Amino acid sequence: MRQFGAFIRKEFFHILRDRRTMLIVLVMPVVLIILFGFALSTEVRNVNVAILAPEPDDMTRRIVERIDASEYFTVVRWLDTPTEIHETLRAGEAQLVVAFGQHFSGNLFSPDGSQMQLVVDASDANMARSYISYAGGIIADFSREMAAGTGTSAQEGISSSVQFLYNPQMKSAYHFVPGIMGLIMMLICAMMTSISIVREKEMGTMEVLLVSPVRPIYIVVSKMVPYFVISCINLITILLLSVFVLGVPVAGSLLSLCLVSLLYIVTNLSLGLLISTMANMQVIALMISGLVLMVPTMILSGMIFPIESIPRVLQFVSYILPPTWYIAAVRKLMIQGLPWIFAWKETVILLAMTIVLIATSLKQLKHRLE
Amino acid sequence: MLSVEVSDIRKRYGDTVALDGVSFNVGKGELFGIIGPDGAGKTTLFRIIATLILADEGTATVEGFDVVKDYKELRKRIGYMPGRFSLYQDLTVEENLSFFASVFGTTIKENYYLIENIYKMLEPFRKRRAGKLSGGMKQKLALCCALIHKPDILYLDEPTTGVDPVSRKEFWEMLKKLQQDGITIIVSTPYMDEAVLCDRIALIKEGRFMTIDTPENIRAGFADELWAVRSDRMHELLYAVRSFRGVDNCYAFGETVHFTTFGDGSFSPDALKDRLRAVGHGDIRLERTRATIEDCYMSLARE
Repeated sequence: MRQFGAFIRKEFFHILRDRRTMLIVLVMPVVLIILFGFALSTEVRNVNVAILAPEPDDMTRRIVERIDASEYFTVVRWLDTPTEIHETLRAGEAQLVVAFGQHFSGNLFSPDGSQMQLVVDASDANMARSYISYAGGIIADFSREMAAGTGTSAQEGISSSVQFLYNPQMKSAYHFVPGIMGLIMMLICAMMTSISIVREKEMGTMEVLLVSPVRPIYIVVSKMVPYFVISCINLITILLLSVFVLGVPVAGSLLSLCLVSLLYIVTNLSLGLLISTMANMQVIALMISGLVLMVPTMILSGMIFPIESIPRVLQFVSYILPPTWYIAAVRKLMIQGLPWIFAWKETVILLAMTIVLIATSLKQLKHRLE
Repeated sequence: MLSVEVSDIRKRYGDTVALDGVSFNVGKGELFGIIGPDGAGKTTLFRIIATLILADEGTATVEGFDVVKDYKELRKRIGYMPGRFSLYQDLTVEENLSFFASVFGTTIKENYYLIENIYKMLEPFRKRRAGKLSGGMKQKLALCCALIHKPDILYLDEPTTGVDPVSRKEFWEMLKKLQQDGITIIVSTPYMDEAVLCDRIALIKEGRFMTIDTPENIRAGFADELWAVRSDRMHELLYAVRSFRGVDNCYAFGETVHFTTFGDGSFSPDALKDRLRAVGHGDIRLERTRATIEDCYMSLARE
């Protein structure tokens, strides 16, 4: 036990004395959260809108006012001719143009109805889709009120009403906080642990440690302890930042969220252990964790893109990535606020992965150099 | 009583043969040297008797324990100092030492008497990080760390490589003292001049021991007539001597050129001096000399 204590103390010295690693390990989560939270936002807010109304009257003005009043859009310009639509979009003055048809108000109560066109700058396709649906929503609301107010049945048709549950404002933070949690824990636990074990091999200190009565399993487990502690600190940091800075509340039970997170941390520590048994150089360990883990996690784990929209073959890769399951579990427990039982599948899969990883790496762990 | 018994150890890495049938014994309390250039297989041999790698063939027992079967018991009794500096550069001198003491389940205090002489020299740098020490100091610290658990046997793989001459001398004095404490020591070195400080030495070349004996016996066993020559034009000297009649093996030796002669009496020292003068050498000094370990190595390596 005293041996184990000495090992852990030594590991903390290594980490605390390496300023750069410390910085990466503790500041990276904060930077990522803030970066994703503010810079990479996919929220619709204050989008510039231009209006083309050939016959401006009371009706069109009321619609425009409605659009302008919403927090999503700001009307910046009134256009005079249809040719100006392209110019405005190309110059970037507006991202969306609302064009009213000829005789808009007059046709409103005619059998054919009146025409309206939404022209959007779709160079960012995802954002363009959001603008359309937001603007469409406002206009649909307005026409429904009109129909109700005048008592006419002219604009009945089928009206769909979309409701965004769990994330009514469509805040992107709700989407990426679970993703970032999955990514960070994996980087810290899997990458840092494996690099730190492999460093001992590279520096030749492993040689000295092996020629000692210490069992190799203690050597590697002692490596995990500090990174486990750091991951817990990161977990707390991320939760605090997302609740108080990004305004993403923990809707479900904090306890079950923490328990699943701890399980996920252990999964990644064992992943790091497995990498370290395969690699002999820090560069290799870095490559494995960087290329084989980090990149697929960012693309395939559902962190940014939904898994359902990934090609079938790659979906299979998604399913063997631990973050995929963790992120899904966090969405349920933290964002949707469901009780733990709804995340049982994710928990069991993570647990099974952990057991397989630990068993494999223990089998690979050598008490000799080769 | 034997401390180490190695019999016909063989080890290959792919196509390269690292050890090609090595056998030797080391007595208890002996200072045994393994002498040979880099790549001769010294480190591989150390790793095998240190339980770190497995030999392809052959057996080895250390302190009565088999290096394969009883590796756990054996690891408590070995002190190993690898060729490369293998301590934690970011830990201080004191932290390194106390870490290795804990690893072996002991404390610095318990075996302090064993390292006292060496550690006293490190004491002023107690709080300095190991990475910031000089080469000689690093070696002393590594030796302390290898000794802290009072091992029965100490393996030192090229402990003096890259260390200044003064520190090298000090280091060997320390080894002599440790020997008096009853610790068996096996040390490897590429420096032939350190060989005479060992009780017995093995000369290793390409994975084979060419000879195992006391340094004195090895020197005495040198059969050929050996000459040393120097002049003011050392660079050409080697070629001039090599092509001279009656000269057998000729090689640079420090600041002189050493050569052996064929035993048939065809070599004449005066004729060589005349010849050298004729091709422009001045300040010529030619004399018979006694074979050093290096001469013995060169001679054996040729066979």
